[in-house]
Amino acid sequence: MLRRRLNRLCGGDENRVDSRTIYVGHRPCPDTEAFIPSKFCDNRIVSSKYTVWNFLPKNLFEQFRRIANFYFLIIFLVQVIVDTPTSPVTSGLPLFFVITVTAIKQGYEDCLRHKADNEVNKYLVTVLEDDRSVKKESEKIKVGDVVEVVEDETFPCDLILLESSREDGTCFVTTASLDGESNHKTHYTVQDTEKDLQALTATIECEQPQPDLYKFVGRMHIYKAEQEPAVRSLGPENLLLKGATLKNTKKIYGVAVYTGMETKMALNYQGKSQKRSAVEKSINAFLLVYLCILISKAVVCTTLKYVWQSKEGQDEPWYNQKTQKEKDTNMYLKMFTDFLSFMVLFNFIIPVSMYVTVEMQKFLGSFFITWDKDFFDSEIEEGALVNTSDLNEELGQVEYVFTDKTGTLTQNNMEFIECCIDGFQYKHRDTQSEVDGFTMTDGVMNKLHQKAGQEKEELFLRALCLCHTVQVKEPGSKEALTDQVDGIDGILPQLEEERGFIASSPDEIALVKGAMKYGFTFLGLESKSMKIKNRENNIEEYKLLHVLNFDPVRRRMSVIVQTKSGETLLFCKGADSSIFPRVKPEEVDRIRMHVERNATEGYRTLCVAFKQLSAEEYAMADKGLSDARLALQDREEKLIAVYNQVETGMSLIGATAVEDRLQEEAAETMEALQGAGMKVWVLTGDKMETAKSTCYACRLFQRGTELLELTVRTLEDERLKRQEKLYELLQEYHRKAVQDAPPVKAGVTRSWSANQDYGFIIDGATLSLLMNPPLEADASQYKSLFLQICQNCTAVLCCRMAPLQKAQIVKMVKNSKGSPITLSIGDGANDVSMILEAHVGIGIKGKEGRQAVRNSDYAIPKLKHLKKLLLAHGHLYYVRIAHLVQYFFYKNLCFILPQFLYQFFCGCSQQPLYDAAYLTMYNICFTSMPILAYSLLEQHIDIEILLDNAALYREIANNAMLRWRPFLYWTVLGIFQGLLFFFGVRFLFSNPALQDNGQVFGNWSYGTIVFTVLVFTVTLKLALDTRHWTWINHFVIWGSLAFYVFFSFFWGGIIWPFLKQQRLYFVFANMLSSVSAWLVIIILILLSLLPEILLVVLRKPRGPHSRQKKPSQSNVGGNQSSQSSARPLLMRTFSDESNPVI
Amino acid sequence: MMASSYSAKEEDGHHSGPAGLGAATRTRKPDNTAFKQQRLPAWQPILTAGTVLPAFFIIGLIFIPIGIGLYVTSNNINEFEIDYTGTDMSSPCFNCSQNFSWNSTTPCKCVLSFYLDQPFESNVFMYYGLSNFYQNHRRYVKSRDDSQLNGDERSLKEPSKECEPYRTNENKPIAPCGAIANSMFNDTLDLFYINPSGSKTQIPLNKKGIAWSTDKRVKFRNPGGSNPNLTAVFKDTAKPVNWHKPVYELDSEADNNGFINEDFIVWMRTAALPTFRKLYRIIQKNNNMTPTLPRGNYSLEVTYNYPVRSFEGRKRVILSTISWMGGKNPFLGIAYMTVGSICFFLGVVLLFIHHKYGNRNNSSDIAS
Repeated sequence: MLRRRLNRLCGGDENRVDSRTIYVGHRPCPDTEAFIPSKFCDNRIVSSKYTVWNFLPKNLFEQFRRIANFYFLIIFLVQVIVDTPTSPVTSGLPLFFVITVTAIKQGYEDCLRHKADNEVNKYLVTVLEDDRSVKKESEKIKVGDVVEVVEDETFPCDLILLESSREDGTCFVTTASLDGESNHKTHYTVQDTEKDLQALTATIECEQPQPDLYKFVGRMHIYKAEQEPAVRSLGPENLLLKGATLKNTKKIYGVAVYTGMETKMALNYQGKSQKRSAVEKSINAFLLVYLCILISKAVVCTTLKYVWQSKEGQDEPWYNQKTQKEKDTNMYLKMFTDFLSFMVLFNFIIPVSMYVTVEMQKFLGSFFITWDKDFFDSEIEEGALVNTSDLNEELGQVEYVFTDKTGTLTQNNMEFIECCIDGFQYKHRDTQSEVDGFTMTDGVMNKLHQKAGQEKEELFLRALCLCHTVQVKEPGSKEALTDQVDGIDGILPQLEEERGFIASSPDEIALVKGAMKYGFTFLGLESKSMKIKNRENNIEEYKLLHVLNFDPVRRRMSVIVQTKSGETLLFCKGADSSIFPRVKPEEVDRIRMHVERNATEGYRTLCVAFKQLSAEEYAMADKGLSDARLALQDREEKLIAVYNQVETGMSLIGATAVEDRLQEEAAETMEALQGAGMKVWVLTGDKMETAKSTCYACRLFQRGTELLELTVRTLEDERLKRQEKLYELLQEYHRKAVQDAPPVKAGVTRSWSANQDYGFIIDGATLSLLMNPPLEADASQYKSLFLQICQNCTAVLCCRMAPLQKAQIVKMVKNSKGSPITLSIGDGANDVSMILEAHVGIGIKGKEGRQAVRNSDYAIPKLKHLKKLLLAHGHLYYVRIAHLVQYFFYKNLCFILPQFLYQFFCGCSQQPLYDAAYLTMYNICFTSMPILAYSLLEQHIDIEILLDNAALYREIANNAMLRWRPFLYWTVLGIFQGLLFFFGVRFLFSNPALQDNGQVFGNWSYGTIVFTVLVFTVTLKLALDTRHWTWINHFVIWGSLAFYVFFSFFWGGIIWPFLKQQRLYFVFANMLSSVSAWLVIIILILLSLLPEILLVVLRKPRGPHSRQKKPSQSNVGGNQSSQSSARPLLMRTFSDESNPVI
Repeated sequence: MMASSYSAKEEDGHHSGPAGLGAATRTRKPDNTAFKQQRLPAWQPILTAGTVLPAFFIIGLIFIPIGIGLYVTSNNINEFEIDYTGTDMSSPCFNCSQNFSWNSTTPCKCVLSFYLDQPFESNVFMYYGLSNFYQNHRRYVKSRDDSQLNGDERSLKEPSKECEPYRTNENKPIAPCGAIANSMFNDTLDLFYINPSGSKTQIPLNKKGIAWSTDKRVKFRNPGGSNPNLTAVFKDTAKPVNWHKPVYELDSEADNNGFINEDFIVWMRTAALPTFRKLYRIIQKNNNMTPTLPRGNYSLEVTYNYPVRSFEGRKRVILSTISWMGGKNPFLGIAYMTVGSICFFLGVVLLFIHHKYGNRNNSSDIAS
């Protein structure tokens, strides 16, 4: 207390305190403490980076922090300062262009952000101030203000709900813009706040701002005249988040607790860390090589220059005297500036335009993903989403796919299949469906063999009706018919019988609907009382006392209700593993069989238990819960402790089975991914049996697959401790899968031959044992054994995973030997960590909200789209960008090499071979467009063929096109061509009288001939590489050649007043008038391309004929799949879906 | 040349999803255009042995005759070269080269005689050649002022800084300024035919048409517009330090004087390599009956003004006829013949490989 007061006296040093105190409505409270308005940040949202004033310096600073830009700036400065052969314009212009374009782009984006900020900040809100409501701009809201929000408005800051227009003190909120969950969430007013807000005197103590949307702890002190101050706990259910929208409620009042940049929304919008692609790393490696080439060239030339100059009469012949200044310069300084000059002369070898082109290729290329209509899903009316364009090519390099199960492999569209009450199986079916050979003719409900007792049955169904957090969608008739109560589309007008339900988990809706089929209908929750309609159409009412929320650690939830008769009941439902230990063991055996059977069939099972609480028990639980809810610190832990204490000694009444159907084409997609050489790992929080059956259904495990299990169950052994058993099993599996396995051909993971396939299964508990063994020393050994086993398995299933464990696994694989490229795909908030961890994160626009989508790099509507995204788009992007990079280095090598060679013929005097205009334009205009068009449009293999032959994906695995071998090939090609260009023209110029009128050509003609050959050769080389000639390619390739010719005529056709030297005046035209020049240009182009043509011919033919063999191979796979549909049951779900649904 | 398959892929409309989606849904659905769906019709050429083989043969068949033609043409060109640097004691110009001094007022002359064993039938082009003369040195190449040479009055008064150290002399701007102009080749070469009788006939040398016509007409212009009195135009300027006479006395003819003197223009086009030749004079063929230069003895009278000994340079005179491809240079002919042969040879090898190994796999490639 003292410390806090001290802190407060020290003046707003709030950040160091773990809680903040807010005075509601800035009214001083009659506490002992004096009212000191503390300083909080204002409610201005600033997402923009720049202001008008700091834009230029800040933006420039940020741009030049990029190493490439900085390098070009240095080159430019050297050109300005030192007397260099090329004018500063040659490198300054491209740099200026790049910087300006980037600045404009960033400025525009920032402008949009400013606009958006202003829209939010200037929005008028109503604030209660001294008994009056005042309209204020949103940015002026201060912490402690009481704010009024009306229906369909978004909350201007994080508010504690004080008063709602609804009678029960609740309000409905949709957080669609925060996490995409469009369901209505109920928030509650603080208990016992007075209805008269003007008279309310209260302080709120709450934690400092933190980004977790679902966590909030606080305490409210309410001061009433002549009474002890009341203390109320505040939780996330009292907190209205900025950005959420008020629904179904006329108006609320709330007090601002977090404002501006401290709101949870603002804290959540921090940028993601930049992911870099493997291609970028390759570029950097190549850059280093070229930098070395550049420096060594400059060193060689500088040395040669001084060697050459040391010969008498060479340095300063009578015809070429130095200026006085040059004579005065210090020799060593001169050497240094000479070195810099050479650097400048050869700096074009590392082209500034490559960065521009790569960026443009990535940016423009990503549009093809968004545009692809195959990614459009008519259900959600959305296509693919690209959040970052930096990783396009990484899609073609994926080696490991980590997929979530629920919502990703499966639809997360739950259907109640059956239940088991007291050991008896109940199966509901519609008349048209036929399951497992039992045909039922009559009745909604059937029992097999025997029925459980009426009482047990009804208790179970009541439990289903009560134990959930489902809301009933308010029927339209209650309010105005036109009133769109719900933001949810797609729910068709309900029959009176069928009600709309809204819940955060689809399981719950399935259960409530399931209960409805058996005659128990949940009518809704009104002012803490739940109404259900029983079979006799009587309305039963239960008072809801407590909800013990679901969380993934406990894996269960409970409600405590009070019946009309005053009995207090606890209903609990949850995963079998979490319920079984908490119920009487003799009840378990009857139900376990059903649960396990259901699980192997791929259903999600839940067990339902109940317990009658005595008055004392309830009082204790109530107190414990209230205390825990009031705790400011460790509230979660305390709550869980109370929960665990309450949820004991229950009796098991039954189990449910809910089917989660497979996603469309899930099996085909998985098969394609495996065929493409990717290893698929399923990471799920679900239980092993369910997950395993999903894996079978998705054909990740085949019939012949031998499963290596490393789970809690297999670790159970009387003789050994778990730790020892783990090691033993690891050894055994390692022997089986790694040592005994025949050496697999590189890249072939799944062969159609009789090779034994292995599947690996591990669960969360074992994984944590494996990752954190008691002996630290074992950790690395375990990990490497584990990884080696996994690498030899066709599929790996990790079940019972916590979200963080998912990320852990991804990280482990990511950092393993060879650092393979990983891809994570998931749809829910629990997948976010692994999505962020993997090289490429893919979100599915599923039902579990938008968090995964927001944090992903790419988002697709359905799992089946992954196939095209990787096999077609990824493959093409990779080939395109790899070719782009190699080509850029190549074309600049053969551009600069002649210039380097020329130094040997001009006394190493840094005389440029080409005119400044050519030096500048080469990369910007003459050769940039064809490669850009190529890198956007090239389809070296048709998309259809890519999709049909997943194996083609393996051809580019491991960054195949950007390894040192291809790089060496391109470099050798560049050197060969550079030598050819230079010496070809050199021999021609042994007699410079090349015109039929006997006139001679000078040095600029020399350079122009070399340059012409160069431009034509590199462009034609690209033309040779182009396999897919659209009209754009034609236009751009022939267009840029024509542009070169046109430009050269134009540039040499006029005496340019701004040029100091008219070096190219009519040089090009004169060149074209010489037959010899024509002949040498033709032969040099042909000779340069000859090896390339030869190589294409000699290489393994890749025509359409060679491809025809492969589809037949995949037909084999198809046959196999049709056989495998004979497998029991799960194929049912699949084959239903495989029929064209569209 | 290439086996090609035009694969116009399925065009718009074929896959336009479930029909009957309302107009509202259209807005979010990606456009189904060929470009956006990456389905632009495309020509997909495939280079196979079957397509490249004929190309190789055709290239071979075309290039070898061209090469032979070029080689023959080059060989038919008469070229005679004589070095007159005077480094040898035996050379007539030895004295001139040894006693060279910038200040001497009397020109040193030497006479070289030579014998042409082939008559030069067509127009003969007379070149002077320099070796080890770095006209392409950077300091040298940039040491000129093109706007001054283009007749700009301001640049005449105040030449560009690039001309240093040949920019001003005795506080007067140098015209033409710069190292290139300053080092203009100023040997005078006269050619005499020695009649069998022993008498000398001077061969008329044409000094027009040796520079690029565009240079002469546009790029180089005398200052002062059409003012014929060049002396007045250049009166406030100094002559380049190494010149014997000012620029306006380069020639007596008005249209070949000053900056538009063709010898000057030729010199100002800097050579690409340190060993180069520049066109000096043209010997026109005057009648069809006699060759321009008949077989026989000639003497070359050199006014030796240009020192090259200090940088171990060489000076030579070249007499050459010219074909449609320019001067004598066997390189192109050899190159074409070589490339043609290589192509032909490769074609044969490929054909062999193709027949031996290729038939199994892709016989269809050839057939198509």
